[in-house]
Amino acid sequence: MKGLFLALLLVASPALANDPGEEIVAGLSQSSVSITADYAGAEILIYGAVKREAPPPRGPTIQVIVTVEGPEGPVAVRRKDRVWGIWQNNAAVEIDRAPSFYAVVTSGPLAQVLSETDDLRHRITIPRAIRSVGIASEADEAPAFVDALQRIRTGDGKYSLREGGVQLTEQTLFRTDVALPAALTEGDYTVRIFLTREGRVVDTIKRRIWVRKAGLERFLYQSAHDWPLLYGLASLLIAALAGWGASALFARLRP
Amino acid sequence: MTLFLPIAEVSVNAFALIGIGAIVGFLSGLFGVGGGFLITPLLFFIGIPPAVAVATGANQVVASSISGVLAQLKRKAVDFRMGVVLLVGGFIGSALGIWVFSLLSAAGQVDLFVQLSYVLFLGLVGLMMFQESLRAILRARKAGKVEVRRAHVHTWVHRLPLKMKFRASGLYISVLPPLGVGAIVGFLSAVMGVGGGFIMVPAMIYLLGMPTKVVIGTSLFQIIFVTAFTTVMHAVSSQTVDILLALTLIGGGVIGAQIGARVGVKLRADQMRIMLALLVLAVCFRVGLDLLLTPEEFYSITPGRLP
Repeated sequence: MKGLFLALLLVASPALANDPGEEIVAGLSQSSVSITADYAGAEILIYGAVKREAPPPRGPTIQVIVTVEGPEGPVAVRRKDRVWGIWQNNAAVEIDRAPSFYAVVTSGPLAQVLSETDDLRHRITIPRAIRSVGIASEADEAPAFVDALQRIRTGDGKYSLREGGVQLTEQTLFRTDVALPAALTEGDYTVRIFLTREGRVVDTIKRRIWVRKAGLERFLYQSAHDWPLLYGLASLLIAALAGWGASALFARLRP
Repeated sequence: MTLFLPIAEVSVNAFALIGIGAIVGFLSGLFGVGGGFLITPLLFFIGIPPAVAVATGANQVVASSISGVLAQLKRKAVDFRMGVVLLVGGFIGSALGIWVFSLLSAAGQVDLFVQLSYVLFLGLVGLMMFQESLRAILRARKAGKVEVRRAHVHTWVHRLPLKMKFRASGLYISVLPPLGVGAIVGFLSAVMGVGGGFIMVPAMIYLLGMPTKVVIGTSLFQIIFVTAFTTVMHAVSSQTVDILLALTLIGGGVIGAQIGARVGVKLRADQMRIMLALLVLAVCFRVGLDLLLTPEEFYSITPGRLP
């Protein structure tokens, strides 16, 4: 019995001695984004500090990863092929859930900051954030479709990976900026901050950003969905008035 | 100055939109085409989602057509009786087109069908008009004077029953050909998301033998109702009409249409026809090129599940 206790103590002790109880304390420059008519993108400042019970241990330093994820949903990816000399959509694959926006910012090279196992567990990198389970049965080259999704959305600025984009000062203070694009999907955006050491996640924290249309944008969007017939007739009325107005105006200008 | 569009959910340059509206409005006033066949591809080009571009394009065409018709009315260049007959055919064709469109949507080949229709119909109509107007210009030049022509040539069209008098057009013909033309145009407008003026105008001139001066006004009159019908259909079925986008396009469009109608008075009919023919052929070529050239990106993404 005593021997077992000693053995347990021996196994546990290095961890106990090394763990300074590191925790994240973080804040966002804004917790909501209003999409108004003049909205042309927004920048979110994410900042924070590492709270410790004890001084940081020697050896490998602490690293920070920040992810911002937009509302997710199913996505159809189609591929064009030349059929009878004409390029047309020929093959399609459905991806279960892909985020509409996904940004990853790290404090160092990804390979050093995050291990493969923890990436798998927490779904941190872009390929892991896309859920494409069971896709291989849909088409022969299914992975190519997932690659295409990543390539197109990265090109649009919707997906991004910035290695070294998090500034980490004195192993304690960190900050980074994440730019939200001009074409933005409404919904709840999740900000996750990971603290890692030797590629293993030590602590994690979640924050939420509300992205909502506001003012005129919100009114028009809701009218279009809640009273579609009225909305359609209203758009006709506006068109008719504009057409008549211009005609009357020009008739007066040049009689 | 950028503008975030609430339905399209993209942020675009407001001046680019006003510019597109003005160009299309100008052409609409000049030629009597609604401009749907131009505005839809242009909106795709600046990054508006196709469904929103088609629906909102229709709404914009309503405004520029009304503006154009009012300008034509002052010149007494609208044949209302003919317009109503065409319209009746138009609604029948449109209803049929909406049904075919939903079948194609289920099959997942709408894009290809729309592109092929563009190439086929724009190409056919453009070539016919180009050939005819070129011949007319050459004939006029060779003779050195404007040829005296009969108001219209009598063909099989004039031997059909159910004759009706169209005073403004100076025609006494059967109602069947205009009904048929209206139906074909209505069908295409539902499937291609256009007003159909580019088919209507040549069909009225060459098939029905209407004088060019009433063709534009009558075509615009008919287009107003077909596109109004389309707009409401889209608003109800898919909520893809973006009022803010339409308003910006309309702002440019109505002004362009007025200027176009005034320039149109100064141009000769055969010159106008050859210019419209060239424009139609250019759009046909552009759309056709997309089908033939190897695309830069083979893949495309659409949110939502596969049907």
